[in-house]
Amino acid sequence: MRALCWTSGGELTVGQVPDPELRNDHDVIVRVRRSATCGADLSLLAGQTPGLAAGDVLGHEFLGDVIEVGPQVRRHRVGDRVVVCASVACGACWYCRRGLPSCCDNGSTDPIANEAQWGHPVAGCFGQPRAAGGFAGSHAEYVRVPYADVGAFPVPESVGDDRAVFASDAAPTGWLGAEGAEVRPGDVVAVWGAGAVGQLAARAAWLLGAERVIVVDRHPARLLMARQHIGVETIDQRDSDVSAQLREFSGGRGPDVCVEAVGGPAGEHRTLADRFTGRTRVPEAVREAVYACRKGGSVFVLNGAAGHVDAFPVGTVVHKALTVRGGRQHGQRHIPMLLDRMARDELRTEHLATHHFPLERAAEGYALFRDRPDECLRAVFTPH
Amino acid sequence: MGRVGTVVAVAGALGVAAARAARTAVGRQRARLTSVPGPTEARRTGHPRRWQVVTVDRPPEQVLPSAVWPEPLRRLGDAVEVEVARAPGGRGTELAARVRPHADWPGLSAHLLGDDPSLLVRRTLWQVKQLAETGEVLRADRMPDERGPVVPDVRPSSDGPQR
Ligand SMILES: NC(=O)c1ccc[n+]([C@@H]2O[C@H](COP(=O)([O-])OP(=O)(O)OC[C@H]3O[C@@H](n4cnc5c(N)ncnc54)[C@H](O)[C@@H]3O)[C@@H](O)[C@H]2O)c1
Ligand SMILES: [Zn+2]
Ligand SMILES: [Zn+2]
Repeated sequence: MRALCWTSGGELTVGQVPDPELRNDHDVIVRVRRSATCGADLSLLAGQTPGLAAGDVLGHEFLGDVIEVGPQVRRHRVGDRVVVCASVACGACWYCRRGLPSCCDNGSTDPIANEAQWGHPVAGCFGQPRAAGGFAGSHAEYVRVPYADVGAFPVPESVGDDRAVFASDAAPTGWLGAEGAEVRPGDVVAVWGAGAVGQLAARAAWLLGAERVIVVDRHPARLLMARQHIGVETIDQRDSDVSAQLREFSGGRGPDVCVEAVGGPAGEHRTLADRFTGRTRVPEAVREAVYACRKGGSVFVLNGAAGHVDAFPVGTVVHKALTVRGGRQHGQRHIPMLLDRMARDELRTEHLATHHFPLERAAEGYALFRDRPDECLRAVFTPH
Repeated sequence: MGRVGTVVAVAGALGVAAARAARTAVGRQRARLTSVPGPTEARRTGHPRRWQVVTVDRPPEQVLPSAVWPEPLRRLGDAVEVEVARAPGGRGTELAARVRPHADWPGLSAHLLGDDPSLLVRRTLWQVKQLAETGEVLRADRMPDERGPVVPDVRPSSDGPQR
């Protein structure tokens, strides 16, 4: 089959790789209908997260049709149109059973590597370096989906592909930001980042009853899109003092909830020299968020590439009694609810798919997504 | 050894009797901390004699269903000692193993064992846990080294992105 692969020269190319096969009894094979770029891939490609090997297939936000079913799969049949959670979780461990599937104990094929990196194993993810799961990505004609009864969901007929594909990753991530920060009716919510994740965090805040939602970014076209499609107010951080403007928007109190959904190689790159000297990035958005947030409020960090940061104002967290939390999406828990909302038109996401490419031109799609963020919000590939 | 909980020391990983002993003893009243690792031992993570422990989200009866150690552990034979304890707060079973001094590794080739046998012990415990919780040990997709090189696609491309 054809797939978008990482090459030894550090580039992306579409090439022929063997078809995926059922490897476990709970697997299905999905024929991909849509597969989208994600901001998390940009930090991968920029080398901020180590470990891609030549031949690794990228992509983790996708939907498609089930074409093969493992012997233990109960909920899916050949022909089902399913959206698949970008992360891989077992549904059976202590964390999964408590609604924390991104903390799954059994979602990675190399728990030991995870322990070395994070202290504990965490859920796997498609299209990542081996240590982050061991699962090929979705920018391909076909994908193997482990624990399919837990991570794949039938899409209601009325929900189109370009809407449903975002139930895989961007929508559950945005939802987690708002829900995890405990947005309540009447709250003022600020979201950093007007990418797909930030926009859907803002939408989730509305749906949870926020009174006022403000999105911060540096790309006017993305901010315009957030105003038009999500109905938020926006701050262009290039020409305003973000904290001052947020105070103004919130009666001097500061937002009740701040969600950080920035990404890509937006911060400075961590070079080899940085790694050698231990120099780390400054977490601009999180820092801005803890300063802006009202006393006793909460800050939720979604940026998967946060890695190590320095110059973090911990004292502010103490003196203002803040709650700072983070997390990777719990799609296994949220996707059915998100698909319901999509079917009821409460959650519309197709505007995020600004560009479609056939799979052969996926490398070009990534270049556009990376270099022209003002124009391209998500490149969506159609392998068939 | 320094573990809190209902601690049952089992002499040797193999054998029906040993496993049965483990099963009947599980659920006895809580043992106190018997010894605390000295500062030197505590500092040296990866110490081959350190206990490797995983918590399995199933009761001990389910982790050791047939009075025989699950297969992944059986492979290590007498080279490890194993302990089973009921985890506090209804969290299932704490399964601990560590390398015996001067262990004789049953039929394991050097490349499987590597430089650090405690890594193999840890990996084995994760497999036992995965089997008990999900019924399978998750396998990776075929990795690039198993698949051979990517053959570049030479299809002609059309012009301009489709909006
Ligand atoms: N937690 C999860 O499970 C999960 C899942 C998917 C994505 N993510 C993360 O969410 C983040 C956003 O994803 P995306 O796909 O929307 O990314 P994206 O790259 O499309 O968008 C990120 C946006 O953040 C903006 N930005 C960068 N620095 C900023 C700053 N200091 N202040 C305000 N805005 C800033 C950029 O201009 C860009 O518009 C990424 O970090 C990604 O890794 C997390
Ligand atoms: Zn993603
Ligand atoms: Zn799990």
